[in-house]
Amino acid sequence: MIKKIFTPIMDNDIKNLRAGDIVNLYGTIYTARDAAHKRLIDFLDKGLDLPINVNNEIIYYVGPCPARDGQIVGSAGPTTSSRMDAYTPRLLDLGLKGMIGKGIRDESVTASIIKNKAVYFGATGGAGALISKKILFEEIIAFNDLGTEAIRELKVVELPLIVIIDSKGNNMYDLGKNKFKIQ
Amino acid sequence: MKDIHINNIIRTVREKIINVNIILNDDILNSIKCNIKVEESNCGKDILEQILENANIAEKEKLAICQDTGMVVAFVEIGQEVRIVGGSLEEAINEGIRKGYKDGYLRKSVVLDPLIRLNTNDNTPAIIHYNLVEGDNLKISLLPKGFGSENMSRLAMLKPSHGIEGVKSFILETIEKAGPNPCPPIVVGVGIGGTFDKVAIMAKKALLRPIDIKSDINHIRDLEEEMLVKINRLGIGPGGLGGRVTALGINIDIYPTHIAGLPVAVNVSCHATRHGEILL
Repeated sequence: MIKKIFTPIMDNDIKNLRAGDIVNLYGTIYTARDAAHKRLIDFLDKGLDLPINVNNEIIYYVGPCPARDGQIVGSAGPTTSSRMDAYTPRLLDLGLKGMIGKGIRDESVTASIIKNKAVYFGATGGAGALISKKILFEEIIAFNDLGTEAIRELKVVELPLIVIIDSKGNNMYDLGKNKFKIQ
Repeated sequence: MKDIHINNIIRTVREKIINVNIILNDDILNSIKCNIKVEESNCGKDILEQILENANIAEKEKLAICQDTGMVVAFVEIGQEVRIVGGSLEEAINEGIRKGYKDGYLRKSVVLDPLIRLNTNDNTPAIIHYNLVEGDNLKISLLPKGFGSENMSRLAMLKPSHGIEGVKSFILETIEKAGPNPCPPIVVGVGIGGTFDKVAIMAKKALLRPIDIKSDINHIRDLEEEMLVKINRLGIGPGGLGGRVTALGINIDIYPTHIAGLPVAVNVSCHATRHGEILL
C-alpha cells in the first residue's frame, strides 16, 4: 500500500511511518546538497538567519541538470546522503522533519532522527529523469552562485519514496539486506 | 599519414557525450529486463521497473539518465600514422565536452581546485588517457563517471601470498561496504596486477566492456562468474532495499605485475554505466 504524505509533514504522519513504507510525497520541498549545507552551517556559526526556514520542512539532496526549453527541471535524482551527515543533526535540531536522499546515514544522524522525531526517505538513485516528471515547479531561492548546488524550492506531486530510517530508528537497508543475504 | 582535423573531433565528441548521457546502452537495458524476473524482493522489482521507465523517459525527452552526468574519462587510442591538424587534441576533446554539456543540458559537476572547489561551469577538464597504437585510426572512448559510485571504489596493494582468495575478499568487502550508496544494481570494473597507477586505470577501463561480453581468459572468466554470484548473495539488492540483484555485471582485466605485488582495484559503477566510442 502506498501512503500519501503532504508537506508540511505533521508529527502524526511521521509517527505512523515505518521503515520500508512506500510513500508518494506531495507539496513543497527544498533542495540542498554539499555546498549549500556548508553555507547553511556557516550562517548558523555566525549567528545569521538562514535563507530558508527549515522548521517542519523536508530537504531533498539533489543537484539537478539544467532544464531544456519547455521543461521545468532537468534530471533530478537523489545524491548520496552521507556527505551531509556532518551537517544534518544541527538542521534537525532547528525543526527540519525530513530528508530525501540515498544511501547510509551515520549514527549521529540516526540518533538525531530519533531525538527530533524526524524521518529519512530514500528516492531511487539513477531515476532522475523519472523523478523530474514529478516536479511541477522549481525556483532558486538562495545561493544562486552555486549553480546546480543552489537552494531550490520544488513543488512535487506523487514523488515516489521509501522510508529508510523511521522516527524509531528502524533502518530499511539493514532490514532488507538481512532478509535476502545468503550466508 | 592520415590528417584528422580538430573540428571533426570537437563535433563527434560533442554528439557522443550527449548521446551516452541520454540513451542507456543495450547491454544494461537487456540485463535489467532479465533481472526483473530474477528479483524476489517486491521493493527490488519496483526499483528495477523505475529504472526501465527512467530510461524510456530519458531517451524520449532527451533528459539525462541520471542528473550526475559525471566527470568525463576519455581513453584515446591514436594510431602512429595519424596527424592531428588545426590545434591540440586535448583541447579538442575538452571543447567537444564543453559544447556537449552546454547544448545537451547536462549538469556541470567539475570543480577546478579540489580544495577551493569552484565549479568550472563547463564540466571540463576531462581525465584523458592516451595510448599510441599502430595504424591510422583515432579511437576515443568516452565514459562520463558519476561520483556516487566512484566514491565507493577502492584499491589495495595485496601481498602475493593473499592470492586469488585475497582478491575475492577485497572485491566482496568493497561491494558490501558500499551497500546502498552507489545506487545498486551496480556494474563493477576490476583491475588486477600492474602497478598502483596501472591497476586503477585498468579497473576504470574494464567498465568500457559491455557486461554481456566475458573475459577471453579462461580463469578470469571463471572469476567474473563466481564473483557475480557471490556479490548477488550479499542481499543488498536494487536501491539497497534488500534483494537478489545487487550487480548486473563484473568485468575483470589483468596485467603483468612485480614479483612482490598483487595490486587490485575495484571501480564501482551504477546501472548508468555510460560509455561510447568514436572512431575517426
